Amino acid sequence: MKKEKGAKGMNKVSRDSCLLKPGRHYLQGNEAIIEGALVAGCRVYAGYPITPATEAMEAASRRFPEVGGRFIQMEDEIGSACVLIGASWGGVKALTVTSSPGFSLMQEAISIAIISETPMVIIDIQRPGPGQGYITASQEDVMQARWGHHGQGPIIALAPSSVQEMFEVTIEAFNLSERWRTPVLVMAEETVAHMRESVVIPPLEEIEIINRKKPQELGIPPDNYLPWGHDIVAPMANWGEGYNVNFVGLVHLEDGNVTRYSPQMNYHCVERLHKKIEIDANSISCLDTKFLEDCNHLMICYGVVSRTAMEAVAEAHEERGLKIGYIRLRRLWPFPEEQLRNIVCEVDTIFVPEMNLGMMKHPITEALRDRCKKIVSIPSIGILHSPDYILSKVYEELR
Amino acid sequence: MVTIGKILGEAFSLYEGKNSVNTQSYGPESRGGACKSEVVVSAEEIHYPNVRKADVLVALSQVALDRYLPDLKEGGILLLDPGSVKDVPDLDKYQVHEVPSMEIAYEIGGVRYQNSVALGALYGLIPHLVKESSLLKAISDNVPRNTVEINKEAFKRGMRYEKGERGKGNE
Repeated sequence: MKKEKGAKGMNKVSRDSCLLKPGRHYLQGNEAIIEGALVAGCRVYAGYPITPATEAMEAASRRFPEVGGRFIQMEDEIGSACVLIGASWGGVKALTVTSSPGFSLMQEAISIAIISETPMVIIDIQRPGPGQGYITASQEDVMQARWGHHGQGPIIALAPSSVQEMFEVTIEAFNLSERWRTPVLVMAEETVAHMRESVVIPPLEEIEIINRKKPQELGIPPDNYLPWGHDIVAPMANWGEGYNVNFVGLVHLEDGNVTRYSPQMNYHCVERLHKKIEIDANSISCLDTKFLEDCNHLMICYGVVSRTAMEAVAEAHEERGLKIGYIRLRRLWPFPEEQLRNIVCEVDTIFVPEMNLGMMKHPITEALRDRCKKIVSIPSIGILHSPDYILSKVYEELR
Repeated sequence: MVTIGKILGEAFSLYEGKNSVNTQSYGPESRGGACKSEVVVSAEEIHYPNVRKADVLVALSQVALDRYLPDLKEGGILLLDPGSVKDVPDLDKYQVHEVPSMEIAYEIGGVRYQNSVALGALYGLIPHLVKESSLLKAISDNVPRNTVEINKEAFKRGMRYEKGERGKGNE
């Protein structure tokens, strides 16, 4: 059988005609993820169903075979995340969508995907915990996204707030993962996963798709190929292409050697992993801002809560003339500390509404403690804050 | 109930050029109890995706009415099925319209068409906000292919019932 570019035996027929047609569609957030992934060129989905992410898996089971991709229901989330690693090294973009308890099970695979520089995308439709917690909305995994995997692996985590963004951010996640050879997380919530809204799909030729650099394309012959060298992000040879593919979970040298270990080699290996993500952190826009001019106070938010916060801030302006600025973190990790410090000079109170007990309040405090008098958390557990609730907390604080 | 919300939202979003967000209650109630589907429609960008104070409430069971009536604004439209909703507190505060959607659905073919009957009745109350053709297109998009015609019939029966008889709140 002729071996196609990509996974062995994989039906590599390009079926762009099966992608969602450009134009306006009315989709659920979970469905928009799958459509975004297919547009990004993802052709492997492995997963294990879990509320409130199940509709994404259902959509994947219908849609991946239609475009010539593979859908695999695994025995659990550990296996699902490991399939992504294997698929990616086979040359295929791969996705799984899970929810918080499943995300916990994927941490080990995320860690090894970081050191093996494996492009792949994991989407967490967060629900409350601990344990099975419940099946409603939450932002309780934002710290697990950064610190859940063992070791000092950096991570990119994005936070969409609408069904349109579930489509767009999924594509962005694949682009970032391919560009920087790293797992990318999308931290969504039940609210936006189950919400239905219109999604406008642009003509496919207008959507930027980034694919990993390959040694063949850079003119690097197999004999000269260093699996972890050549650039800060090494070109990635995939299995079956004639190159000495080196998949390794230990810290390693440029040629993949792990036995000439030294603390210096360990340091350089981990330092490079961090450096490439830092380049990225400074290269992409990660904040949305509004009402910042002359503001006395600030509302800093992310994910779907930013929609409530926007409504609350606008009403505080209209109703009471309160000058509250609005900042939305489009990316949670790497934390946009520098970008925040560049735009926040001096304010009185910073409000941080979150669907947890105040998790991102910590890095926000670290970044801005010298730029404000007070940082106030506005928590909500299991349900999206209403604008009235946020306003009541703001007015109470500023009384 | 969830399907009405989806159809309504889709009609506004795809065929009326508006923005709409449809959310649904997601808890044990979505598995057989009093479930809720919310639709927010606006010509502007919609920020907060849920309903803050509803202009219209469609209640098909007493439990649902008891739970969600506080969300309806005073003077708002309350469409209910008198077969299952027997007790409306503060009746005078709302524009109440009674449509026996379950009974009509049984006449047509069964309880599964109650949604479309209720949707038709709802359309009868807000024809200035959405076109009948938009709703019929959205029905076709969202019900099983072999039930499109009967759902459309259910929609029309609901609409005709509402147009032929004004609700008690207006008497």
